[in-house]
Amino acid sequence: MDGAPRFLNRLFRFYYEGFRNMSEWGRKVWVIIIIKLFIIFVILKIFFFHDFLQKKYDTDKQRSEYVLEQLINSSEKHD
Amino acid sequence: MIENVDLALVGWSRAQFALTAAYHWLFVPLTLGLSFIIAIMETIYVRTGSEEWKRITRFWMTLFGINFAIGVATGIILEFEFGTNWSNYSWFVGDIFGTPLAIEGILAFFLESTFFAVMFFGWNKVSKKFHLLSTWLVAAGASLSALWILVANAWMQNPVGMVFNPETARNEMVDFWAILFNPVAIEKFLHSISSGFLLASMFVLGVSSWYLIKKREELFARRSILIASIFGLLSSLLVAFTGDRSARTLAKVQPVKFASMEALYEGRNNAGLVAIGFLKDSDKKIGKEVVKDFIFKIELPGFLSILTGGDINGYVPGIIDHITGNKEKEILSVSEKIERGQYARRVLTDYKNARAAGDKELTEKTNAVFYDKEFRDKYFRYFGYAFIDNQEDVLPSVSASFYSFHLMVMLGFYFILVFALAIYFIFRGTLLKNKWFLWVALFSIPLPYIAGEMGWMLAEMGRQPWIIQDLMPVAAAVSQISPGSVITTFILFAILFTALLIAEVSIMITQIKTGPKH
Repeated sequence: MDGAPRFLNRLFRFYYEGFRNMSEWGRKVWVIIIIKLFIIFVILKIFFFHDFLQKKYDTDKQRSEYVLEQLINSSEKHD
Repeated sequence: MIENVDLALVGWSRAQFALTAAYHWLFVPLTLGLSFIIAIMETIYVRTGSEEWKRITRFWMTLFGINFAIGVATGIILEFEFGTNWSNYSWFVGDIFGTPLAIEGILAFFLESTFFAVMFFGWNKVSKKFHLLSTWLVAAGASLSALWILVANAWMQNPVGMVFNPETARNEMVDFWAILFNPVAIEKFLHSISSGFLLASMFVLGVSSWYLIKKREELFARRSILIASIFGLLSSLLVAFTGDRSARTLAKVQPVKFASMEALYEGRNNAGLVAIGFLKDSDKKIGKEVVKDFIFKIELPGFLSILTGGDINGYVPGIIDHITGNKEKEILSVSEKIERGQYARRVLTDYKNARAAGDKELTEKTNAVFYDKEFRDKYFRYFGYAFIDNQEDVLPSVSASFYSFHLMVMLGFYFILVFALAIYFIFRGTLLKNKWFLWVALFSIPLPYIAGEMGWMLAEMGRQPWIIQDLMPVAAAVSQISPGSVITTFILFAILFTALLIAEVSIMITQIKTGPKH
């Protein structure tokens, strides 16, 4: 019955001790990973990389109509 | 090519994607290859119980960890770019691109959070065999992760297994297995992972040679070189074999890219394969494009004919055949493809107009056309040609294709020689006497990186103007956003990736100088 909590406890200890006893290079790269993920997911994603169609239209129908228009009209100029 | 599209926007969007992908590929191949080398080393440790092999394994695992940590998530940025800069493309490809990328994301998450942790935290905490299993699973998982990305890329080079749904303006997957077993995907996967194995082998060989030059860690270095040179030789032979297979497939599915990488303008029988050559502008033109000529070349007679058809006298179509067409060889001209693409586009326009007018019968009738196999095979497959103005617009840069291909191939043969020499010296016991070779090995570390980047340059620049071969040109795929925002993020990426690369190199150099722990 107490198999699952014991397993979770062992799992927690495994990661906890792993991080606690990490080497110097390990600590350095973790700092780099955290900074990098912050730049990618907080700065770049939130401020610079909006999903163009998600932001511009509310529904998939509107998005498909916009793309259909793009496919037809931008190529029609070349007849 | 497309008048209503800002060419600066297209150029910067392409440059940003190229920058991100090129930097990403600096981290990936070492992860792919070093994971297998570590797994082999750890297998020897578990089988022999030798503490020296454990020490060797742990040292290379440290360098693997640094590379993995710095490189992780750099590929996510490419996915951001699809949604922001390439929204027409992202919508048009539908679930075909999303499904492999989602599988890759889930696989990578489970791999990294479980077995990767066991690899680094599990020494002396889990059994030797479970630790070894985790190392092998990380290696296999990294390659499997690459498979899904390459399946997505291969679909862009050779779109198969889908139907275009005009109602949603998206391509829908109808045959998952055709997409997974797309010949371009299989060959691209094998060629890419084997090039990663090769790169990692050269890395291990070069770093170990440095220890021998410095007269440090002789046993460690010799054992590392033994593994790296055998694994490297096998990998470089696999790279050559899969490269040859890729070129054969390319001749069928992307014939213009194939002719461009050989700078073959006029098709001929008994066509030679250019071993070395230099190009110059000739006084001939195809439309606005200047035809290239050779200043100098060394050619292997008949080899290109053998490569494409297995027959020394076989006909290999040139760039001109693909531009003006060749009825005898059943090659359509660009003009014919443009007409077919325009017909497909007219059917799409009829569908759109019928839907807008509320004409249910005509809407259903035109919608059904897109599910007709003959229409798909004869017309819709050339849909992208409706965007093409001039026949020469379907030509990629012949110089970029030619030089990237030939530099990659020359380096490929060089790697075979280096690994073969390493094996020869190590079995003869003369490695230390041949110090010149140790220097050669050390300075060869960057070369597989260059070869890998050349390979991607050929794959991506060689298929221009297409983002999806024959279906969608790059200029039609781009989002209508401000070029200024793309330039800003381009600069941000350049700074971020350069900082990451400097961090990786400096941490690695520190660890290499420290050496394996006793």
